[in-house]
Amino acid sequence: MTEIFRTCPDTGLKFHRPAENLMKANAVAAVVFLLVGGVYGLLVGLTRWPAVHLLPADWFYLALTAHGLNVLIFWLIFFEIALLYFCSAALLGCRIATPKIAWAGFALMLIGALMNNYIVLTGNATVMMTSYAPMEAHPLFYLSLILFAVGALIGCFVFFGTLVVAKAEKTYEGSVSLVTFGAITAAIIAVFTIVSGAIILIPTLLWSLGFIAEIDALAYRLIWWGFGHSSQQINVAAHISVWYAIAAIVFGAKPMSEKVSRMAFLMYILFLQLASAHHLLADPGVSSEFKMFNTSYAMYLAVMASMVHGLTVPGSIEAAQRAKGFNSGLFEWLRRAPWGNPTFSGMFISLVGFGFLGGISGVVMGVEQINVLMHNTVYVPGHFHATVVIGTTLAFMALTYWLVPVLFRRELVMKKLASWQPYLFGIGMSGVALFLMGAGTLGVPRRHWDITFSMTGGVVHEFPAAANTLLALNGLSVILAIAGGAAFCIIIVSSLLFGRKLGNEEKLDPPIMATPPEDSDYEGIGTGAISVPGTLVLAGVFFVAFAVYYFINWKYLAETWGIG
Amino acid sequence: MNDDDQTPPLMQRVLDNPFILLFLGVAFPSVLYLIWGIMEIVSVPLAN
Repeated sequence: MTEIFRTCPDTGLKFHRPAENLMKANAVAAVVFLLVGGVYGLLVGLTRWPAVHLLPADWFYLALTAHGLNVLIFWLIFFEIALLYFCSAALLGCRIATPKIAWAGFALMLIGALMNNYIVLTGNATVMMTSYAPMEAHPLFYLSLILFAVGALIGCFVFFGTLVVAKAEKTYEGSVSLVTFGAITAAIIAVFTIVSGAIILIPTLLWSLGFIAEIDALAYRLIWWGFGHSSQQINVAAHISVWYAIAAIVFGAKPMSEKVSRMAFLMYILFLQLASAHHLLADPGVSSEFKMFNTSYAMYLAVMASMVHGLTVPGSIEAAQRAKGFNSGLFEWLRRAPWGNPTFSGMFISLVGFGFLGGISGVVMGVEQINVLMHNTVYVPGHFHATVVIGTTLAFMALTYWLVPVLFRRELVMKKLASWQPYLFGIGMSGVALFLMGAGTLGVPRRHWDITFSMTGGVVHEFPAAANTLLALNGLSVILAIAGGAAFCIIIVSSLLFGRKLGNEEKLDPPIMATPPEDSDYEGIGTGAISVPGTLVLAGVFFVAFAVYYFINWKYLAETWGIG
Repeated sequence: MNDDDQTPPLMQRVLDNPFILLFLGVAFPSVLYLIWGIMEIVSVPLAN
């Protein structure tokens, strides 16, 4: 009889076999949908490049729909379900609750994702990811999303059930680890997200079938964004958990303050989903009080939480590195970090890109007044390519390199390419984010095949030449990023198929789990009373960049309408 | 040491209970975003 648990020789983690199989299935499905979504992304990027303008209009909107759903929903949520099972069953060393129901959830998600790809590809659901009513898609489009959401909801409740199992069977003492706590945060946001999706997608399905006369356009937008934007907040909570995990894996780092980090996650639980109101800042039917409260006052508490994580993760790495002897100057700890290890480099690029590009632009867009400068322009996809792609996707890629030997018991192949991959993908995607934000600042609209309206036969809108240049640079950056994404898929698929099988008791050399420094090693690190001076300098640079960019946008706004 | 000394602080008990957190995480955005927003939309007068 096969043992129901195995202990990983590299990490000491105890894997429940049914949980392990579920993690593998979800992770493999995630990478497949990333690959599909990435191909569509290349087509979209090359069509936005004015000199190339690859696809005809109908195919552009079809590709944009498929790109958004495959990468923003299917890739990320499949991976997050794998992550939830890992953070519960594996990190708490317990059995997974109701594995058969978990498989039913996986089957629903898979059927939903395949059905969605099919119906979009037929051209009967070219409504883009947002599918704003009264623009109508084939009923199978809504049904596919509902099936996927129900499957994901089942996954969330299997996760909560596994927490109950772990507590009842006393597989851990005290509080769950910070990484598991971050996963709890992600699962809670996921429940709100999926409930919002159900509230709006079920009536929309009935409307598409003719059982309901109409769907109010504004109510649709309000509730849909409770689903659409919050689904990206699941990503934020999940990838920050991954940052903490990688800091512990690569450096043996311990959180600077468990209490502070947990309070920051609590801020996410309470306030992060409210950012959905960003999308309604130009809508007439909701008040400024609603808009400002949700996108500013309450949201800033969640932004503060992100800044706490952005400080404590590199801070914990700096402290661990200094404790290991890299204690000279401000940045020896960073220079001596393992930049050739894709697990670390991917995580660090994710952290910097998420904070500097995604975080700052997100707060700027959340201000009702200056939002009008870039509302519904390509600035918006520029912003979320920084948060979701550099931030989340790159963090998940980084963790996957570590999971290949730990979860799949295969040795990674093409290690040289793997060491370059995060840079290819990170630099390419940073270009996408920056150049789209630049073009958006010049007013280039999002979701437009014909930005000059030249095909309408009416007035042609000419953008400054710089806008075309920025879109061309975006196209080049897309190619670079896609090369990085393709490299990731090739490395992972090849490793799973052809990588050397690792024995059940075989340990990898060099080890893939750092030995944590002793508590005594932390004594006297840093400069004077400041134990992590390098991180504080980086935080200072961040705040200056934040303030300068914020006020530049107010200056732009002041120049929009002259007085006198 | 009596039992009271061994009881974790209230905040830790809240953070250690995923179901209280789940309630808060669904209730806050439901009230502040969904319900508030829907109330504003339904109070917009119909055009004649």
